[in-house]
Amino acid sequence: MSFFDYFRSSQQNTAAIAKERLQIIVAHERGREAHLDYLPVLQRELLEVIRKYVAIDDEQIKINVDKDGDYEVLELNITLPEAEKAR
Amino acid sequence: MSKIIAVTSGKGGVGKTTTSAAFATGLALRGYKTVVIDFDVGLRNLDLIMGCERRVVYDFVNVINGEGNLNQALIKDKRVESLYILPASQTRDKDALSQEGVEQVLAELRDRFDYIICDSPAGIEHGAIMAMYYADEAIIVTNPEVSSVRDSDRVIGLLSSKTARAIEGKAPIKEHLLITRYLPKRVNQGDMLSAADVQDILAIPLLGVIPESSVVLQSSNAGTPVSLESNTDAGQAYLDIVSRFLGEDCPMRFVNDKKGLLSRLFGN
Repeated sequence: MSFFDYFRSSQQNTAAIAKERLQIIVAHERGREAHLDYLPVLQRELLEVIRKYVAIDDEQIKINVDKDGDYEVLELNITLPEAEKAR
Repeated sequence: MSKIIAVTSGKGGVGKTTTSAAFATGLALRGYKTVVIDFDVGLRNLDLIMGCERRVVYDFVNVINGEGNLNQALIKDKRVESLYILPASQTRDKDALSQEGVEQVLAELRDRFDYIICDSPAGIEHGAIMAMYYADEAIIVTNPEVSSVRDSDRVIGLLSSKTARAIEGKAPIKEHLLITRYLPKRVNQGDMLSAADVQDILAIPLLGVIPESSVVLQSSNAGTPVSLESNTDAGQAYLDIVSRFLGEDCPMRFVNDKKGLLSRLFGN
């Protein structure tokens, strides 16, 4: 960067934006590999099992897979309805 | 032991054919028996870049179909000893490259050559898969630009899943990253991804950087592989990547902007 660039700092560093966007999309696309094709089915079946006991909506179950080094972490989040908690 | 090297990228127009021609020529200049094959059936262009378009009689598809033999289809380069070109067919479509046919032709070439360079078509269709299928090593050509980097990542995924080495459970294809059309000045200004950024994202070893250069267009106009323009920046950059590929110690050049003190102070 040249000396005078310090005085026109309104310019954005677009390369840094490009890098960040690419890191996110590439990580996302690599994670969506063939062996995880079963995720939507798993989510639906889990939903059916939970509904036997608790009345929940489709939006109340969230399923996510994260890569952490050599491990893959399957994250399952179920939000129980307010009424159930109060009991 | 001969080696098959695929030159691939996913995205079009990033310099696969330029690189295939320059890299093959560079290997032949070192005395290796080298053949460069055009896998872009229907859109053949390697012959133009190599300057032998008027000598094409038989092509890759003719050999696969038994309409001509390899000796008839291989074009011997007139400038560099031990360099040959196998042109693509201009009239057939990509499905003309049957997997068995490609395997058979490559097996025959392995007996006769040290290096077999496969110039892949753009995209991830049949022709591109065939170009990488039997590869031992791959050069992934990438521009420092978002769509090219993303497509390269996709191609790296295919190299590790859709190729003979992957399917047969053999040692994986050795991957090399080549960044082309690089402008160190714009990298310094913060509006172009740096070589380190691209390497960070794709996570494969960097073979080299080719600077954006008027020489590339000029040599394609003339049908001369860039590596024969040995007194130019791009020509030297290609000769450098050949050295590095052969395992020689060759520091990276053309990565940093060469600016004088005055232009550093006063910008641009």
